[in-house]
Amino acid sequence: MPDTDLDAPDQPSLTTVHEPTTSTSSPLGGMPLLRPTLPRLAPPLMLLAAFAVAVVLGLTVSSLNPVALLAETAVLYGAAIYTTSAVVEGRRNAVDRLVTVVVTTFFLLALLPLVSVLLEVVRDGYKRFDVTFFTYSMRGVVGEGGGAYAAIMGTLIITALTTVVSVPIGILTAVYLVEYSKGSRLGKVLTFFVDVMTGIPSIVAGLFAVALFVLFLGPGARAGVIGAVALSVLMIPVVVRSTEEMLRLVPNELREASYALGVSRWRTITKVVLRTSVAGIVTGVTLAVARIIGETAPLLVTVGTTTSSNTNPFSGRMATLPVFSYYEYAQPGIPRGPYLDRAWAAALTLIIIVMALNLIARLVSRFFAPKTGR
Amino acid sequence: MSTTSDKPGVVHDAPRYGDRIFAGAATGAGVLILLVLAGVAGFLLWQALPALTASPADVRGGEGLAHYIFPLAFGTILTALIALVIATPLSVGIALFITHYAPRRIAIALGYVVDLLAAVPSIIYGLWGVYVVAPASVPVATWLSTWLGFLPFFGPDPSASGRTTLVVGVVLAIMILPVMTAVNREVFLQTPRLHEEASLALGATRWEMIRQAVLPFGRSGVISGAMLGLGRALGETMAVAIILSVAAGVHWDIIGTANSGTIAADIALQFPESSGLDVNTLVASGLVLFFITLLVNMAARWVIARRSDFSGAN
Repeated sequence: MPDTDLDAPDQPSLTTVHEPTTSTSSPLGGMPLLRPTLPRLAPPLMLLAAFAVAVVLGLTVSSLNPVALLAETAVLYGAAIYTTSAVVEGRRNAVDRLVTVVVTTFFLLALLPLVSVLLEVVRDGYKRFDVTFFTYSMRGVVGEGGGAYAAIMGTLIITALTTVVSVPIGILTAVYLVEYSKGSRLGKVLTFFVDVMTGIPSIVAGLFAVALFVLFLGPGARAGVIGAVALSVLMIPVVVRSTEEMLRLVPNELREASYALGVSRWRTITKVVLRTSVAGIVTGVTLAVARIIGETAPLLVTVGTTTSSNTNPFSGRMATLPVFSYYEYAQPGIPRGPYLDRAWAAALTLIIIVMALNLIARLVSRFFAPKTGR
Repeated sequence: MSTTSDKPGVVHDAPRYGDRIFAGAATGAGVLILLVLAGVAGFLLWQALPALTASPADVRGGEGLAHYIFPLAFGTILTALIALVIATPLSVGIALFITHYAPRRIAIALGYVVDLLAAVPSIIYGLWGVYVVAPASVPVATWLSTWLGFLPFFGPDPSASGRTTLVVGVVLAIMILPVMTAVNREVFLQTPRLHEEASLALGATRWEMIRQAVLPFGRSGVISGAMLGLGRALGETMAVAIILSVAAGVHWDIIGTANSGTIAADIALQFPESSGLDVNTLVASGLVLFFITLLVNMAARWVIARRSDFSGAN
């Protein structure tokens, strides 16, 4: 969106147009046409000064942590810029500058946890991020050694199973919503409840899968497929929403051109509509996988955990990466060290997978998106 | 309804079975989703039934289902409200920064960065909360206890480990921030450009323009975004299960050692070691959680849907 006018920093520049007329002495009875503004260099210099004072404060009075530093800098700079601006430019501009400071601070404040989480996971996770971790399971391991091989396999199998179930259902539903429903009652109800479904707590999805499989396997059963059903409940609405958005972007002219050539409806949808939006759909599916691959709670109640490798999702407990990390933290042996190291290494593995999936999704949407505009 | 194109008078060379099958599959998938949602309620109710009808003495805690679930529901709502109070102003500020303050060229990238906060798995937020946020919160809690101790929320003995309701609320706030920011960002971007330009043309500063044009237009969007965030916070499980040190009963003190648990975290903590009626009890509490979040989410979606009907933005 071309929006440069909003980003123009100072309105007073507009008044400079009138400057030539000010050569005659005070045309408005002594009221100056040019509003006084702070010098351009003043705000950055004040920011530097505020930061310096905050550092000194951090070294002497309070502790030197990033949150305190950011907060102190923001408060000092905000106070300084508000008073100087109020004196020089007037109260309205001072409020405007103060809000800019507040809003920017809020944004930076949101970045802190992200940076802190990543730093912490890398710092504690790299200790056991070794070959053993990726090639050994936990069978018979007490104390040091052992690894997350079984957990990684379990996560991959259950995620693959979930994707196989969710993607066709999700895409077909999106196709129904965009191509077939055309304002029908079912379409409206479905749109509403898909949105509502995105808000189902993950633990409730897990309980649903448990309750469903009591029918087939009796109470107390644990299996990978139960977990996959639980995760599907979480994944399907995400796939529907993202696919629907992509299908709506396909220009109607393409559909009409296809129909005009006598192509049937389902071939138009599969060969033209879906083909055009495939990059967007892949992006959406990748993001959906990234969302469910770190889910812990539903797997905790449906799949449980085990120390040895189990690659059959239809029978017995399986280890999965998030649950592995949780149990290494929650039920460690003595000494705790090796267990916590494994928990963090699993967390690091998980976050690398999630970030990689996010990156892949963005790259796919950037490089394979249909060209728009000629 | 899917074969409305086959109107009388339209001549087909051959019946298009492919069309019928495909339309049927698409409709079927949609119906399946509705069935699943109904099934979630239905199966939970079925599995919760034994606990609903059991005699109070048999239910975990020995004093009946309501007595077991009520403190958990209280803890769930308290932590979610703390998260909401923290996250609402933050998300409005961040969304304003991205839509109206940041340089246009990097605004989209900044949006992705905020979205990354949502990508971090909740188990990692839990570990991070225990090892980073909780220790850092202890001096803050001590300060609150000393100076604001007259409020019922800040008791006289702050927890030394920092595994408190307050810390859970802060971590939940971080976790729901991306959802709320995304909704706010979207509605702020939909503000009619003419409103903004009219305001600026009358000499408003940027903040005055936002107050006159952007915020009134986006108000219902902000409300529904906050409700979506509330829904997420209510259902969040692992971060709470890891961080909170729980004691039975209702506790208003949010910085003390005794904290009310939450429904979701309680299920995650108790379920793996439960069997028989205990499982049914946990499912019953899950049913309560499901209905609370369902109501919140439906209200949020209803506000959004109503807004898009009247705003004229679409």
